[in-house]
Amino acid sequence: MSTQRLAVTNEASEIIQRLKDENGELVFNLSGGCCDGTAPMCYSKDDFYVPSRNVKLGQICDCDFYMDSQQFEYFKHSHITVDVKKQTAFGNSFSLEIDLGYQFLTISRIFTDEEYKNLEEI
Amino acid sequence: MSTEEKVVPLAKPEYKEQYENFIGGQWVAPSSNEYFENISPVDGEVLSRIPRSNEADVDAAVRAASKAFESFKHTSVVERSTMLNKVADAIEANLEALAIAETLDNGKAIRETMAADVPLVVDHFRYFASVIRAESGTVSDLDANTISQEVHEPYGVVAQIIPWNFPLLMAAWKLAPALAAGNCIVMKPASATPMSILLLMETIQDVLPAGTVNIINGSGGKIGKHLSTHPDVKKVGFTGETTTGQLIMQYATENIIPSTLELGGKSPNIFMPSIMDADDEFFDKAIEGLVLFAFNSGEVCTCPSRALIHEDIYEPFMKRVLERIEAINLGDPLNPTCMMGAQASTSQKEKILEYIKIGKEEGAECLIGGEAYDSETHPNGNYIKPTIFKGHNKMRIFQEEIFGPVLSVTTFKTEEEALEIANDTIYGLGAGVWSRDAHQLHKFSRGIEAGRVWVNCYHMYPSHASFGGYKKSGIGRETHMMMLNSYRHTKNILTSYSKDALGFF
Repeated sequence: MSTQRLAVTNEASEIIQRLKDENGELVFNLSGGCCDGTAPMCYSKDDFYVPSRNVKLGQICDCDFYMDSQQFEYFKHSHITVDVKKQTAFGNSFSLEIDLGYQFLTISRIFTDEEYKNLEEI
Repeated sequence: MSTEEKVVPLAKPEYKEQYENFIGGQWVAPSSNEYFENISPVDGEVLSRIPRSNEADVDAAVRAASKAFESFKHTSVVERSTMLNKVADAIEANLEALAIAETLDNGKAIRETMAADVPLVVDHFRYFASVIRAESGTVSDLDANTISQEVHEPYGVVAQIIPWNFPLLMAAWKLAPALAAGNCIVMKPASATPMSILLLMETIQDVLPAGTVNIINGSGGKIGKHLSTHPDVKKVGFTGETTTGQLIMQYATENIIPSTLELGGKSPNIFMPSIMDADDEFFDKAIEGLVLFAFNSGEVCTCPSRALIHEDIYEPFMKRVLERIEAINLGDPLNPTCMMGAQASTSQKEKILEYIKIGKEEGAECLIGGEAYDSETHPNGNYIKPTIFKGHNKMRIFQEEIFGPVLSVTTFKTEEEALEIANDTIYGLGAGVWSRDAHQLHKFSRGIEAGRVWVNCYHMYPSHASFGGYKKSGIGRETHMMMLNSYRHTKNILTSYSKDALGFF
């Protein structure tokens, strides 16, 4: 059985469902950089042009989850769980959950050697 | 009884219960009539309530800016320069009040807002006020009868979206050149730190013609697209994280407009053996240079978050560095002796703690810190101890922007190795190189792929020194008159004094 790269908490799933109800299909891109960086950005699927060389890590709640291919080189030994935190109107990114008063974040752990061998091909 | 002078923290002022948007020179309620609470990271308490804007508010702000531009575009350079100087004077006259608001809204130490943030804001307006007085277009005689003129004209209405790490300074870096060039602005501050900018507008509103600067508050996800794609917006300036930067560029395609972006970094700070040739003021400066990763609680896109230290000096240098870090006083940002303030929010604090966990899991060695700090004065604030990890450049803590007071340290043997490690990052915003050897300084300053290289210094942001990124750190250069060209387009006026037809028809 192949190892999954992604997981999502129940709390995050609830918020994702709310966002889906309001915005239709969604897409995630793990960002980097200043301020709100290294957090999953969540947009309407048609709203974000996923860079052609981004890597798809998998799906959470039936939404595609991507990240920059160069960033991925350093990330590839980490398992990522998407969680959410109640945070009143924080952030200057355009991620959709901020307006609801939440912020997505990632919790990581390093894959074991066993898991790393069984990773799903990207 | 002790005769020691006790330093008293500054008092926390009362703020208005509620602020509005600033549109067309007036304070206007959001069309939704909804507000969100603005919470101070210093103590976890509510500071005020801020408008939750939607698309109707964006439209109103752009309309106001368009209307103002009809007359603002006819202002002379002298008028605009005088206006910008008056803006600077008004800010300077209210320096302490603005500094306190900035500390409470963002969490940074009052020492920094009083000595760095707000004075830099004042100077920025003065710089652009001066620079435009000395500018000219060009005139060329192409031949005996043909004169070519290059004239620079403002775009019109520009949109600016700024981050929460230096709310007032980031506002100044965007407002000053745009106004100097003759544009009218719709600015969306970060929803985390809206208050200090609204206080700034209260301070300068009498000096600005109505509608030249408009401020709408709210979340980027709700109004960012509408603002960036508005047909009357001719340019977007953005500072923040990478993916939103990509999104802004994408939105810019709708109306085929330019965008400038300042995105992020993982800046290397390189220390060569000669710094320890003497235990003098310069060595002391180099120690501080490394410890500057703690400046603004590490919430700077140019945070010197990777220290590359030559292995020959590693042990003795780190010994002195760790002593300096032990001495860092944190926990009460309103206290003038406080060196490091709060992280800007609870989620930021958690993100940093998550990185600390990742660093340990990746096998990095924690040399100091590595946990949250319990402030006795403000138990509900967001504080983290300055932290240092020793590891190697392929670890996530060496590659990803943590945006907190966490330094990743590694050693090197040769100049080539140092340069390779320094450039082994997707970012290219800042870098520092420390050496007494002029040849090394030259080699590194030219060899590092970054838009700002600090030589024997760090964290200095004077006007007239351009600032911006290489690689994924962004496009465009701020804090220098070259930024004016990002807020203007060129008109070529080609005049013929010949009386004769071309002869084609």
